[in-house]
Amino acid sequence: MELFGDPAQWLPLVFAGLMGLSILIYVVLDGFDLGVGVLFPFATDAEKDNMVASIGPFWDANETWLVLAIGLLLVAFPAAHGAILTALYLPVAIMLIGLILRGVAFEFRVKAPTPHKKSWDLAFWIGSLMTALSQGYMLGIYIMGLENTLWTFVFAGVTAVFLTVGYSFIGACWLILKTENDLQKKAVEWAKGGIWGLVLGLGAISIASPLVSPRIFDKWFSFPEFLLLLPLPLMSGALVVLIWLGLRALPTKDDSWAWFPFVAAIALFILAFFGLAYSFYPYVVPEKLTIYEAASAPESLFIILVGTCFVLPMILGYTALAYTVFRGKATELRYD
Amino acid sequence: MDTLILSRIQFGANISFHILFPTITIALGWVLLFFKLRFNATGDTKWMDAYRFWVKVFALSFAMGVVSGITMSFQFGTNWPGFMETVGNIAGPLLAYEVLTAFFLEAVFLGIMLFGFSRVPGWLHTLSTFLVAFGTTMSAFWILVLNSWMHTPVGFEMRDGVAFATDWWAIIFNPSMPYRLAHMLLASGLTVAFLVAGLSAFRWLVGDRSGGVRATMKTGLYLGALLIPLQIFMGDMHGLNTLEHQPQKVAAMEGNWETRSNVPLLLFAIPDEEARENRHEIGIPNLASIILKHKAEGVVPGLNEFVTEEGEVMHPPVAPVFWSFRIMVGTGMAMLLLSWFGAVMMLRRKRGVEGLPKPLLWVLVPMSFSGWVATLAGWYTTEIGRQPWLVQGVLTTEMAVADVPAPFVGTTLTAYLLIYVLLLTAYISVLFYLARKAVDGDLPKPRAPLSGQSITHQVAAE
Repeated sequence: MELFGDPAQWLPLVFAGLMGLSILIYVVLDGFDLGVGVLFPFATDAEKDNMVASIGPFWDANETWLVLAIGLLLVAFPAAHGAILTALYLPVAIMLIGLILRGVAFEFRVKAPTPHKKSWDLAFWIGSLMTALSQGYMLGIYIMGLENTLWTFVFAGVTAVFLTVGYSFIGACWLILKTENDLQKKAVEWAKGGIWGLVLGLGAISIASPLVSPRIFDKWFSFPEFLLLLPLPLMSGALVVLIWLGLRALPTKDDSWAWFPFVAAIALFILAFFGLAYSFYPYVVPEKLTIYEAASAPESLFIILVGTCFVLPMILGYTALAYTVFRGKATELRYD
Repeated sequence: MDTLILSRIQFGANISFHILFPTITIALGWVLLFFKLRFNATGDTKWMDAYRFWVKVFALSFAMGVVSGITMSFQFGTNWPGFMETVGNIAGPLLAYEVLTAFFLEAVFLGIMLFGFSRVPGWLHTLSTFLVAFGTTMSAFWILVLNSWMHTPVGFEMRDGVAFATDWWAIIFNPSMPYRLAHMLLASGLTVAFLVAGLSAFRWLVGDRSGGVRATMKTGLYLGALLIPLQIFMGDMHGLNTLEHQPQKVAAMEGNWETRSNVPLLLFAIPDEEARENRHEIGIPNLASIILKHKAEGVVPGLNEFVTEEGEVMHPPVAPVFWSFRIMVGTGMAMLLLSWFGAVMMLRRKRGVEGLPKPLLWVLVPMSFSGWVATLAGWYTTEIGRQPWLVQGVLTTEMAVADVPAPFVGTTLTAYLLIYVLLLTAYISVLFYLARKAVDGDLPKPRAPLSGQSITHQVAAE
């Protein structure tokens, strides 16, 4: 354990990194699942089946990244876990109920008697919407330092809407990749509508977080950090322009470049994530508790790390296998 | 009501609702693997019919289990922060290993198991079925390690009120773990045996005479008949283990107030905690002493041992433990009678399913969910039986609860309860709806592998 120096220093950092990675993977993967759910009311009944078929084999594993992220928060930073989750008590409950509705609706909409299908489609939409909105709300409150005032409430309301639109954007990008014909054309239009939400959301967060916290302001706007960080917003801006140009050209006749908006959307999410991570490091509870203060005993972290080093590559491997098995355009979900 | 009692009811409701579904999926995964292997070996389509019907039940139960399980991982933080702050160094790695070695495995291969039959080679589909079953069992292993450690904590030391692990081997193989794990896995097997038998009986009664329903009927009843004696034996071992490590729980299960010999086995009683005695006792003389100590003069500890000199009660509430235990044992006895009677009738003159009398089939239908009743009653016995402790001797439930306003907890509790009632109703009615649909020959027929065409204009049937 002493191999890399003081484990009380590097273990919390490693676990913060692992937790961040899980959150990022979750936001991208379940982000497109939830986005597809949010877009449900805009689709015809046949299109709804196709949309569910595009995420059916994946959603469960995608959601597991949330369990891992919250699990890592729980095991690596127990004090922060309690502080964050009790502060977010009600939005967490709303998210959980949303996740329940969304998850079971996947199954019930095709297994319950046909007349009930419309109700379960509604549950699928409401569940996806509740989950996306509450996650956006929690993001906003977290950025505001977990304070509950009128202004933080308003700001969190704004991030709730923008994250939901952001999810529907990446969901639409996923559909461009996984569908064809009319639905694909619709998805391109949805993506064009959704990207503005993402841009406004990123803008709101970028403006608000330095204003709320002088510490974050100094981290971004002192010299030479400002210059070194400049590529982050510039690359994000360039990506937005590229996505917009790409969406105008899609769908192409031979379906080339259908992957582009989704891949670019992932890149955009990654950049946004790094921006946030840079702002908040080393805090896990904003301005109150650093990752070093909140970390579990090094012995306990180490035993998890050993397992993680073996298991995480396997997880990534068989996740890749699943995406390979179900590659290409989405087809009807059948058990035979 | 205060935050503590509301939080306890909420966690109790969540975990009760949750455990219903893993109890099915843990064993049903292995039953599905059995169907698949029989099909691979015999090529008989009845096994594939059985697989196709029960994989739907599996998919539905799995989704219910996943979404209700996520709720709990969050509630550790939202309602019980004291738990992770005190024993997080031990509970944390165990939960992390559950996510890493079980959750991802089952979630990823579930997709291939459900929708990959025509997309992957046969061996990979069978392997996926195995990995899903293996994953659910691994999940049971890790969570029961943690739960058992909360009952019989070892391999740690307390420093400044926080538990630190000193011996991981001792923590994982803590004294009650092997018994609790075996007891729970057998409970899962029995739950599935009676669910399979019950739904098959229902299909038979509404006129299904297919090979598939015969195969599942036999599988369910024989599995039940095989597992129930093992479970009774294992339950007894688990009880003796509890007597050794948590005597106050056994005292509550037996409704025994004074430490004494020749303790009767109470069939009925109303424990009165105010008067600290039982009312309306009906019992079999000496039997509790014989079961617990293997002789009539065996001395069994009583509840009054666990009241401090200041009058503080350090044993669990008696009536819920006493009655939960009886409901579990009673259900187990019904399982024994019915499965053995059914097995004998099927074996007699080798009549198979035709040999089952109609009244038995009618009784088996409501018995579909007998496993749930027994499992919940068993968990209530052991979990309420640990009170007032959350981690036996280390942390009380009261110390762990979050400082959240009671109305908040009340609101979320109401919302959860509404959702649970709705979902449970939907779940049970859909199971019977699927069974009825299967009778009408609505099982999908095998077909050629897909070439990857779009389904924009098709309606998803499944």
